[in-house]
Amino acid sequence: MDIEKKVHLLAERLRYIQDIFGPKENENIKLLQGRLEEFMAKEKDLANEHKVRSLTVLEDLFVFLENKLERQLAAMDKVRIVRHPQRICLKDILEHVYDNYTEVGGQGEYSLDPSIVIARAYITRRSGKRVYHQSVMVIGQEKGHGQEFRNGGSVKPWGNANALHYMKVAETENIPIHTYVFTPGAYPIEDYPGAAQQIARNLYEMAGLKVPIVAIISEGGSGGAEAIALADARLMLSHGYYSVISPEGAAAIEGRLREGQRATPELVDTCAQQLRMTAEDNLAMGYIDRIIQEPPLGARPEHYDFFKSLRSEVIRATDEVILNVKGFKLFRTMALNRRRKAERKNTFDAESIFVRWKLNSKGRELLLGRRYLKFMRLSRHAALDPKPPFQRLSAFSHDLGWSIYSFLRYDLFRKHQKKVQHTVEELGAEAQLVWDRLLRPVKALAKRFKTSDNLAEKEQQLTQLSDWVRDDGASIGRYDSPKAREDRAVSCPNAATHGCLDLWAPDLYRDFAGVCSYCGHHFPMEYPWYLANLFDAGSIYEFNEEIESTNPLNYEGFDLKLEQAKKKSKHKSACMTFEARIDNIRLVVAMLMADFRGGTVGAAEGEKFIRAADRARNKHFPFLAYIHGTAGIRIQEGVNGVIQMPRCTMAVRRYLDAGGLYLVLYDTNSYAGPVASFLGCSPYQFAMRSTNLGFAGPGVIKETTGVDIPPDYHRAYSALSRGHIQGIWDRRDARKNLFQALLTMGGRNLYYR
Amino acid sequence: MLDVTKLLEEIKASPYKEVEILAPHTGMIEFAAVEPGTKVAGSMGVWKEKPGTLLATIERERNKKNICSPLKGEVASLKTELNKTFVSAGTHLATLRHYLSKDEVLEEILKQALYLFRAPERAKYYFVPEIDKKIKASGPRSITARDGMEMFIMSRMKREAPVFYSGPEGIIYAVYFQYNDVLDAEQPLIGVCSPDQFQLINDVVVRVQTEWEEQE
Repeated sequence: MDIEKKVHLLAERLRYIQDIFGPKENENIKLLQGRLEEFMAKEKDLANEHKVRSLTVLEDLFVFLENKLERQLAAMDKVRIVRHPQRICLKDILEHVYDNYTEVGGQGEYSLDPSIVIARAYITRRSGKRVYHQSVMVIGQEKGHGQEFRNGGSVKPWGNANALHYMKVAETENIPIHTYVFTPGAYPIEDYPGAAQQIARNLYEMAGLKVPIVAIISEGGSGGAEAIALADARLMLSHGYYSVISPEGAAAIEGRLREGQRATPELVDTCAQQLRMTAEDNLAMGYIDRIIQEPPLGARPEHYDFFKSLRSEVIRATDEVILNVKGFKLFRTMALNRRRKAERKNTFDAESIFVRWKLNSKGRELLLGRRYLKFMRLSRHAALDPKPPFQRLSAFSHDLGWSIYSFLRYDLFRKHQKKVQHTVEELGAEAQLVWDRLLRPVKALAKRFKTSDNLAEKEQQLTQLSDWVRDDGASIGRYDSPKAREDRAVSCPNAATHGCLDLWAPDLYRDFAGVCSYCGHHFPMEYPWYLANLFDAGSIYEFNEEIESTNPLNYEGFDLKLEQAKKKSKHKSACMTFEARIDNIRLVVAMLMADFRGGTVGAAEGEKFIRAADRARNKHFPFLAYIHGTAGIRIQEGVNGVIQMPRCTMAVRRYLDAGGLYLVLYDTNSYAGPVASFLGCSPYQFAMRSTNLGFAGPGVIKETTGVDIPPDYHRAYSALSRGHIQGIWDRRDARKNLFQALLTMGGRNLYYR
Repeated sequence: MLDVTKLLEEIKASPYKEVEILAPHTGMIEFAAVEPGTKVAGSMGVWKEKPGTLLATIERERNKKNICSPLKGEVASLKTELNKTFVSAGTHLATLRHYLSKDEVLEEILKQALYLFRAPERAKYYFVPEIDKKIKASGPRSITARDGMEMFIMSRMKREAPVFYSGPEGIIYAVYFQYNDVLDAEQPLIGVCSPDQFQLINDVVVRVQTEWEEQE
């Protein structure tokens, strides 16, 4: 390589270093810059031999200081690394990690969504004299090296739908899936199939995908990442990040910035640090299985050794997932032992052992079970469950008792139910006949002495006013909204277009149930109104109320905010789980309350939701998610929050697979993560007329896409037109509609069916 | 006959529209920081979702409402004596002066000069094929509309019916609908002018386009 080229490469390396360290002052970078400039200034006057020597010294200095700088990398520097145009991208990986590949999701910009690349690839392995070609489906976001049309790896809803389609193809073909996460987040638009709804669909399907999935995370930005990252093995590149929100987004929330304002670099740095988004942090918290080490200052396309180790890690991870569920125990044990030994001796070569990447039906079922357990174990440390041991034991025995009862009642008995039922009917008829014969003389005697004993009661009924009792058993008026206690008038927002007159607050919030009596506009109501008016009086029994939201990342200032929320709402988390009855049909309800930190979902809320789903499954009860309001995943909990997306979705899937009825009922504002996972995956989603529903709020959409959105973009009727929900309910009819839904929808395996 | 010069002079003499701001209902009025001469903005945004400049607030039954400027212009007069007093519905609070833009002037003139033939029902409208062909070839002004002439096809969910022009005879000066548009009843379909006024109207349009100075 000639000197000029080497100098050019060093200048490139310096520019890269300057890019990733951003505006921060750094002595080492200054030193490199000074030395390079010095060399370039005196290069012309030096003799060739001297030039070569100086250049070698300079190159050594670069290597030395790059290693030194590597140790100084902060979280935000890693964010800049993964966003750098020189960062490795999926096409590089397809070129260097796999032996051959064919893109099936479009080519370059001629694609349904160029920000996602889907390819059928294969890895060729030699075992003894035999050569094996092992097919995989590779799916991942593609940032390109600064290719504008790739949209920075921000996948549009139809891109995620395409990814899901090919995941199902892989399932049909029984080949593993390798997903590569290179996304800052999903493209937040609601056009069909809708950002949130499609991510939810992806998560739901991946929870039950019967082929091994290995995810490799480089840039894992929240919901966009989760759309393809629900995997049996989750690896992470050492310079990547995996987070609930971008540091800039967190800083905007933290600094309460308005549209157009920018956070200071210091605040962004602090947020990046506090979100604990690096590979080491995620490994420590257990959200990834292994870290794949990158060269100093991050992998770039020229780091061929890195691709070799990536290939080895990907093969190893796939092998391990397969071996863990293979029925042939002896082989599995031997293989794993050999690997461990080889790793200890540093002679490990993933390709030396051949593992067939196909699973039989038993293995597939086992795989799903393992996947479920893997995710259920995550984030438990991040929620506080202060139950004393005897209470835990009692809860455990309660669950066990119900499991046994359910098994006997629904699994065992139901199979023979018809026979038993017929026999009981026959016996009953026989007994009735005998009974009637025996009582005949007594009845004849009673008839003779019978007088008109109800005359007084009848007279009262006909001559006096009756008490009005609702025939459906609900108890209107047991909850009195604080807004109804104000002596003031309220204007309907539709007054200008619909000519609604002002309403008196006590009328509006008490008698009219918060509904404008002129146009039907729904004013938001507090969640206790629903507790009082949706469910049978006195039927609510709360469980797991002691599970408490915490501050697992020790996010600065969050402890205080959490305390305030607990004090204000008198709840320990934003999720309330309870059993209740609607017209005597028992059901389990998980409710997200907007009053507690905006109804955001963290580890405690996720755990409670999962336990509620499990309880409903165990008892064969319908499961209602009543979403009074949710602002998304709680950013201060970082990945502890975002991991609830796959976790809760898996719990819901398990419940639905068991034959339950999962209903989601939205109210007020529901956005982001929960809608894009365990709520959006429900086949029966309904919304009150007061609902706003979507993936991202108007500000975020404007900032990300640059497009203004109409004021009614998130309204329930828009969501219904896009096909995101199945219906809109009037608040006053919600109880009736819920009852009808319980009777008519889903669930082959409910206790009352 | 339309006296174009006079009409234009009239509009030039008062190149604005005055809008009276009235109290929507009874209540306590409190004026915002505006005074006569203050420039105000009308509703803004792509969907007119942002309200105009705040002129005053009216409070009734502890329910404070904003009264915003409906149009762009300036405050011509303000009944400051009503500030912090209880007014009845319909009380005159302020007058806004909205300066007419070129388009608004043209609209005003054409409204007076043209005969507008309106849609009888909410439907899609098309010209009958012969007229359509002529319009495509030589423009709408090549068509002379006569009373009783079969001119449109009214299409309601694919059920089609002919619509006959009724009104004074004249040239089609303007077409107010696009192909495949659904028009509400009473929306204008075409504007017709008598042949002798055609040149005159053209002149006015040219004069407005060149001479009209828009005021902020």
